Parts: sequence; C-alpha cells; structure tokens
Amino acid sequence: MSTFSMDHDPSAPHSMGTTIIGVTYNGGVVLGADSRTSTGMYVANRASDKITQLTDNVYVCRSGSAADSQIVSDYVRYFLNQHTIQLGQPATVKVAANLVRLLSYQNKNMLQTGLIVGGWDKYEGGQIYSVPLGGTILRQPFTIGGSGSSYLYGFFDQAWKEGMSKDEAEKLVVKAVSLAIARDGASGGVIRTVIINAEGVTRNFYSGESLPLWHEEIEPRNSLLDILSSSSPEPMSM
Amino acid sequence: MEWAKDNIRANAIAPGLILTPLAKTVSDFHRWNPYVTGTSVLGLKYKDGIILAADMGGSYGSTLRYKSVERLKPIGKHTILGASGEISDFQEILRYLDELIIYDLMWDDGNSLGPKEVHSYLNRVMYNRRNKFNPLWNSLVVGGVKNGQKYLGMVGMIGTHYEDNHVATGFGNHLARPIMRAEWHEDMSFEDAVKLLEKCLLVLLYRDRSAINKFQIAKITKDGVTISEPYALKTFWGFSAFQNPSKGAEGSW
Repeated sequence: MSTFSMDHDPSAPHSMGTTIIGVTYNGGVVLGADSRTSTGMYVANRASDKITQLTDNVYVCRSGSAADSQIVSDYVRYFLNQHTIQLGQPATVKVAANLVRLLSYQNKNMLQTGLIVGGWDKYEGGQIYSVPLGGTILRQPFTIGGSGSSYLYGFFDQAWKEGMSKDEAEKLVVKAVSLAIARDGASGGVIRTVIINAEGVTRNFYSGESLPLWHEEIEPRNSLLDILSSSSPEPMSM
Repeated sequence: MEWAKDNIRANAIAPGLILTPLAKTVSDFHRWNPYVTGTSVLGLKYKDGIILAADMGGSYGSTLRYKSVERLKPIGKHTILGASGEISDFQEILRYLDELIIYDLMWDDGNSLGPKEVHSYLNRVMYNRRNKFNPLWNSLVVGGVKNGQKYLGMVGMIGTHYEDNHVATGFGNHLARPIMRAEWHEDMSFEDAVKLLEKCLLVLLYRDRSAINKFQIAKITKDGVTISEPYALKTFWGFSAFQNPSKGAEGSW
C-alpha cells in the first residue's frame, strides 16, 4: 500500500531527511550526523557518510538532496584546492564557508541542500558556519540542521553551554543525534562525528547498541525465543 | 457540459481517482489523507496455527510519534487481526468487530465466528467504504484456526483480498515476502517461524523509514491466542565498509 504524504504548502521550505550538528568547543569544533539516506520511504543507504572533507582542516555536514549537496561540496573542494595552492597556506574556514554560500546563493532556484561548514584555522580557531536553503551565511557557536533538527531545538536551548571541553562537546552531539534518530523517521543508522582542532582531525563512529535508550525504547535481544526460553513456562499472555 | 467542472474540481482534490459526473461526494474526500499510521504487518502459517508480527510504531508523517501502539489484536476465540495504515480507522474496525462478536455470542448457540467469517466481513466493510469514496485507510491481516483448519488472509483498503500461506502489508510486500517465499515451508515449528519473521522484521527495520525497534509477535493455535510482550531486536552495524565509506572518494555517500 502506498502512503500519501502529508499535504503541505509547496512554497514553504521543506524539511530534509537527516540530522546534522556542528558545535564549537574550547579548542575546535565537533561535527555530527546520522547515516540514513532515503528515497521516499525506502532507506537507500543505512550507513552513509554525510560529513565530507573540503580541506585538511575544514569539513562540511550535508543535508537535503544528496545529489545537490555532493555537487556543491565537490565544487568547493576543487576551488579550495586551487585557492590553497595560490595562497601558499591552508585555507581559512571563513573562505570555505563563503564559497559554499556563493554556490548555494547563486543557484538557489535549483539547489535544495542545507550545509554546516566547520573547521579550524590559526587565525580564528574553531568556527561553525550555517548555510541553510537560500544561501544565507551565519557564524554560530553551534548549529543544527536537517529534518531531525526540529526535535532538537528545545534540547539545545537547555543543554548548550559555552566553553565545553572536547569530550563534553562530542557527548552532547552524539546524545543529540541519538535523540533525533529516535523521533525522526528520516534519520537513522549510525552516528558519525568529526572533531577538528589544532592537532588535526579525528573521525568517530557510534552504532546502535552503544547508544543510550530513550523513552519507550527497550533493550535489544537476539530473538523472542531467548526471552521465552529463559523465563517461566507461560511468559506470553493476552 | 456543466458536469465537466465537477470532474476537474474533484480531480484537484483526489488526483488519480476517476469520477463519474454523478459524484456529489466532495465532502467525503476529507478522509483521503492518513495521519497516524502503522507500517508493515507480517503473517505466516506454521505447524500449530498462525503467527503474526508487527512493530509498535504510530508515525505522524515522518515523525515517529507513538511507540507503544498495539497493532495485533485478538478477535473472538479463533482469530487475530493485524493492521497497518491509519490507526484511528483500525480502532473503528475493532469497534465494528467487537459488535459483530458480541451479537454472535448472544445467539448462545455454541457456534462462534472463525477467521474465514471475519475475513469475509472485513472485506465487505472495506469494499463498501471504497465504493463511497470514503475508505478505511488500512491493510489488514486476518489469521486464525477453527476446527483444526488454519486460515490466513489479507484485505486492503480498496477491498482487494486473498488468502495465502504467508502475507504481508506495505513495505513487507517488497522486503519480507521474497524472504518468506524462499524460506517458508509447510509445518514449520514455532521456533523456525519466529526466526523467519525476525529475519524479515530486521530487514524492515533497516530499510523502512517508518519502522521502529519494538515488536510484538502474536500466535494463534487451537488452544487460543497469545500475544508477546513488546521486545526489541539487536541490529548489526559492524561491516568494515561502514567504518569509513568515503575514504579515497571524498564527497561520496
């Protein structure tokens, strides 16, 4: 049975599948994302990598149309590569973010992708730039994006604080993506994080069973048969 | 050709539906949008009877809003019913069936409605609602045992109905039935049937956006109905390819 989607105003910006987060801490940035790519209601890829490298020190979280976000990041990586050679030193996060903005803004009629640019450079340290639909650019201490982000505004209003450590920041990001996955059908799979600071870049991977259980979620088992055999003779009841 | 305007207006509201000029049921179209929905239901015949499985999710669009929805219910003594689609319509169907069973009991004649009767009744209900352009937005799985005879069937929202050894609704048709076709056989033990269903449930959990990790399995035999407590399955994410998929191909997915 095919399901009709909820009717909505076609001119309003529509939410995209995914949960992406970028957060600054007292030495760099932490980027986080889920790993679900869907075509309609089918999960085409359950282990996607939505955090893409632009330069050694700048990464971007992609949401919305997979094709549009990939092509934008490909172009930006190409331009930044040239720019780095010409400049003779690593590109700044601001330049990377503005390149993303230019492409998003100048092609706003055709593109449907929301991006979060995060990185570290020696001038400004860790920075996060939000580039949503339309090509606005806003530097923020943290930002969230994708359809799953709707469920996180209240959470971050309460849980965010300035001057966190690297571990605190990463834990916050993982907790947030996990909460979004619990409620957003368009987000799921594993949680990937990328931490960028003066020392370099670290990629992490958090999957299913290592994540906490939230409201109405229960401990996973191998099978119902394990439950039945381990308890009393009449465990199933009406 | 005054009536042509009616056609155009109605087609704007309900694309794909072909209307006759006599259709005046514009008000009925308000029910062509489901709100809170359940996803796939799976059903199998096994040695002792019928076994159904479904998750406990009630999605509100793309939000996984309700996580303890019981989509498998016993009907009378001989039947279990599983529903996908609009939950409010399922609750209404349960009310209709409740009435049906109670009136049957009131005859006090020792006879009771079996799965075939329930399936036939639901088919009529669904088809008649479809004819009035006001469907009950569900796909139903009906299974049961009466007088030693096992029965498993499906009824769709437009009145499509059939019976088979293994059935599924929604995404289950595409993801679970191929597995069932390959691995189902006559007279499966309860353990084998559960293992087969869990294999299907896991695929649906990976690949259906509206699936959640909380399931119930219901079985019905000549001895009666039992519905399990909610439980969750372990998922596997340990493929090495999942670790760093875009290594060597930055920007790929």
